[in-house]
Amino acid sequence: MSFLELQNITKIYPNGTKAVNETSLNIDNGEFVVFVGPSGCGKSTLLRMIAGLEDITSGEISLDGNIINNIDPSERDVAMVFQNYALYPHMSVFNNMSYGLKNRGISKDEIKNKVNDVAKLLEIDQLLIRKPSVLSGGQRQRVAMGRAIVRNPKIFLFDEPLSNLDAKLRNQMRLEIKKLQRQMGVTSIFVTHDQTEAMTLGDRIVVINNGVVEQVGTPKEIYSKPNTKFVAEFIGSPQMNLFQCKIENGFAKISDMQINLNNSLNIQDACIGVRPDDILISDQGEYSSSANLVEYLGSDMIIYSSVGGQEFSCKLSSKINLKAGDNFKFNISPSVLHIFDNTSGQRV
Amino acid sequence: MTKYISSSINHCILLMGLIIMIVPVWIIFASSTHTSLFINTNGLQFFLGDNFIENYSRVLFKQSGFFNEITAFKMFFNSFVMATGIATLSVITSLMAAYGLVYFKIKYATIIFWLIFITLLVPLELRIMPSYIVMSKLNLVNTFAGLILPISASAIATFFFRQFYKSIPDELLEAAKLDGTSSWRFFIDFLVPLSKTMIAVVFIFMFVFGYNQYLWPLIMTTSEQYWTVVMGLKTMYGSISDRFAFVIMSMIPPVVIIIFLQKLFIQGIFQNK
Repeated sequence: MSFLELQNITKIYPNGTKAVNETSLNIDNGEFVVFVGPSGCGKSTLLRMIAGLEDITSGEISLDGNIINNIDPSERDVAMVFQNYALYPHMSVFNNMSYGLKNRGISKDEIKNKVNDVAKLLEIDQLLIRKPSVLSGGQRQRVAMGRAIVRNPKIFLFDEPLSNLDAKLRNQMRLEIKKLQRQMGVTSIFVTHDQTEAMTLGDRIVVINNGVVEQVGTPKEIYSKPNTKFVAEFIGSPQMNLFQCKIENGFAKISDMQINLNNSLNIQDACIGVRPDDILISDQGEYSSSANLVEYLGSDMIIYSSVGGQEFSCKLSSKINLKAGDNFKFNISPSVLHIFDNTSGQRV
Repeated sequence: MTKYISSSINHCILLMGLIIMIVPVWIIFASSTHTSLFINTNGLQFFLGDNFIENYSRVLFKQSGFFNEITAFKMFFNSFVMATGIATLSVITSLMAAYGLVYFKIKYATIIFWLIFITLLVPLELRIMPSYIVMSKLNLVNTFAGLILPISASAIATFFFRQFYKSIPDELLEAAKLDGTSSWRFFIDFLVPLSKTMIAVVFIFMFVFGYNQYLWPLIMTTSEQYWTVVMGLKTMYGSISDRFAFVIMSMIPPVVIIIFLQKLFIQGIFQNK
């Protein structure tokens, strides 16, 4: 159980690209933190700097109070699960898992016991003599996890480990990772570009964009109170509807639609956000529009429509009978609105 | 039906190729089992004769050379030592050179690599005088070291290993680093086993290259004790059946090496693993 502290971490590549910019973050003992952001936002670079696989341009990383900037990756006592698993193709599963222990000079009997225990935990004890090339994607994933767990590290680092799996297996492994982390209580950092994974796994989520931390918070905080327009759009599926509007005398004007904000804000260039499931469709609705497209998802359906040339979507129970081309009425409650300043992108 | 016909045609073509390659070798082998007198009077033979053991044992252990100081058996031994030495050292030096070029942050690695590669344009014959002078100053004339060392670095093998290492994902090195491996252990525990098939390919090519050397051993040796098989082929005196027997025996060592490493060799050529 460990405590990780990042202070003003910056990474500039030799070609001048700034991958991570002045990032500071504290991660508590046993916490499960997820770094989420679009491809190329610097989340993997940050993780690799924690692992010691990437040099730090400036800033400090400390683990348990000790600065580890210049400590060799093998001596940081961190374990990493890679996106493509990075299993050793010429070694059996047993040797894959025991290689790190052998390098630490642990006795053969102890290695055998540890590997067997972890293999049982992950239900891969039948596969120990096989080579990675004959394993399925899910099994390889487990072996990669086993290799990390068996070393009993201070921190687990996961670099998009589920992205090579099919949807069903991904959900299953996601649950297992969460369960294992709870069970073992090891501080873990998980990198993903999938907001669903981030929401379901993390105790806290760190949303990163262009090398900058946009917001840190629990999944609930991030979802219900996004700090920036980027976070609002990135988290949540289907993504939040953002309307360009003018706010005058507490009313947001989107072409001829006026929404009462119950607030005396005055911003010329603003943007209001509404989650698709916060738009309430009812016959008594204040506003009306027509459905351009209806997506049926089983229990739910998503309606795509537009108002004043700005497209939006709403998510509702599929029990409601609505087809493409139908008109519908809806209400938006002021309490579910998110208002952002268009110039800074910040929440107002 | 068309499938059957096309497969038959393919097999016929392959069979013809096989016959074209095998028949001359077979005629030499069959002729080598007759007495010289019989061949001189009746010409080359297609069928086996009765003198197989007699001819081959005579050739193998007969003293020959200008001063009768060497046997065919000793020539085979010399050639085998030289070819194995060249192949082994080539594999080791090129494996290590490629490791250095790919995995260490050397500033001018690409330029260094191309400099190594350019040496392909300089054949052994061109540098035979300087190589000889270096070897003679080191007192290595008439030694196996003198025969082996100047041709034990291979640019093409370095190229093969370099390309192969470049295809290994970086994550493997990173995972190994996190598992606490050192540079040396990464080489021994990962790169060498992963390059097994490539090693077999390079070993076979370099073995045949070393075995076929003629000019270099001719220049490097003044004592008949260091004669090799290829030199023997040129200077071997004796009857025609003896020469045929010697030719047939000279093919055996490379064939044996290929048979032993065949599985790895084919995997290495096609890299289908």
